[in-house]
Amino acid sequence: MAHEAPSEADAAGAENFERILAKDSRVEPKDWMPDAYRRSLVRQISQHAHSEIIGMQPEANWITRAPSLKRKSILMAKVQDEAGHGLYLYSAAETLGTSRDEMMDALVQGTARYSSIFNYPTVTWADMGAIGWMVDGAAICNQVPLCRASYGPYGRAMVRVCKEESFHQRQGFEILLELANGTPEQRAMAQDAVNRWYAPSLMMFGPPDDDSPNSKQSMAWNIKRFSNDELRNRFVGMLVEQVKVLGLTLPDDEVRFNEDTKKWEHGPLDWEEFKEVLAGRGPCNAQRLERRRSAHEDGAWVREAASAYAEKQAAEHAQKVAA
Amino acid sequence: MSPQESTESTTPAPGEGGHRWPLWEVFVRSSRGLSHVHAGSLHAPDAAMALRNARDLYTRRNEGVSIWVVPSDAIAASDPDAKGAFFESPQGKDYRHATYYTKSEGVKHL
Ligand SMILES: [Fe+2]
Ligand SMILES: [Fe+2]
Repeated sequence: MAHEAPSEADAAGAENFERILAKDSRVEPKDWMPDAYRRSLVRQISQHAHSEIIGMQPEANWITRAPSLKRKSILMAKVQDEAGHGLYLYSAAETLGTSRDEMMDALVQGTARYSSIFNYPTVTWADMGAIGWMVDGAAICNQVPLCRASYGPYGRAMVRVCKEESFHQRQGFEILLELANGTPEQRAMAQDAVNRWYAPSLMMFGPPDDDSPNSKQSMAWNIKRFSNDELRNRFVGMLVEQVKVLGLTLPDDEVRFNEDTKKWEHGPLDWEEFKEVLAGRGPCNAQRLERRRSAHEDGAWVREAASAYAEKQAAEHAQKVAA
Repeated sequence: MSPQESTESTTPAPGEGGHRWPLWEVFVRSSRGLSHVHAGSLHAPDAAMALRNARDLYTRRNEGVSIWVVPSDAIAASDPDAKGAFFESPQGKDYRHATYYTKSEGVKHL
């Protein structure tokens, strides 16, 4: 928002903004905020929204082949939730003055980013279990602290999202538990899925702290509350305990609890692969974008028809009122 | 939660970008006897579609027994910058609260 006379209004606004942060209170849409804060939020929230929307695809891939009607219903409900999460987040981003169409266009044109995890293929049914348990699990670790993000609409969207996520994780865990207690083939399938999703899910927290340039500023603005590595370590600690219940193993011999730092540690991750996937060169990037683009284009006639109908109704109503 | 959060500077310019749908604010009554509370916002071509979308988006788990949708444009919001002037100062107005009256302490049913 352009201020005609930047000096006085901005100075007062900036002072108020700093006061809000110092009190750990919330910034609301109509408040003055630094341009960089606004831009950074738009980037983060829209990327988050895109991730929810693209994230529907790897799981939607298995809806028609779910092993039972119960599992099919559960999977559909989960994928529908993810669509809802995307919409909550787009709404939150819009309060910052960026239109929905702008964000949609950026996504289908391939200029927007989304979480690298959704560019990996889902090759077996067990992947539905591993995704729910580890991918949604990592998302929860990330999102719970975001409920306290300094930007009000973002925090409120995250509260809504977090309430729904716990079912996602549990249903995934249950899928793995059932497979792990099934036939040797099913058990092998579960272990294979865990092996493939482990490293990508750890990378969901973003690059290591010493290679994460935006983190510091984001923490100073009370958007981010914990560093990438802190969250990742915490997550590994949870997996270690949970994988025992499954009777499976994590594909990482270097996982250990460091008695000195009181933190969980894990083996090295392939950050080159992470960068490649993020840059659009992962196994499914092209396919995911193409699917989103064609869904958007194929749905155009529905949006146009709904608009035409609304206009017609409004015109008829106006005529009746005039008569 | 105030309804202003999704309204300002987001109203799409009509006609731009083909068929942009207007923004609606959604209010949900979670159960009988309670007020409608702002849940969020969404885009829809008209009120009927806004209601249906709101049902799908904000009440997938029995969160509501009634929904209101209001065009975001129709909401007038107070200006946060004018806070001091707009909202009356509570200073020196303790007598508006029951706790101000201490002499009756110990009197039953008062
Ligand atoms: Fe989600
Ligand atoms: Fe989820």
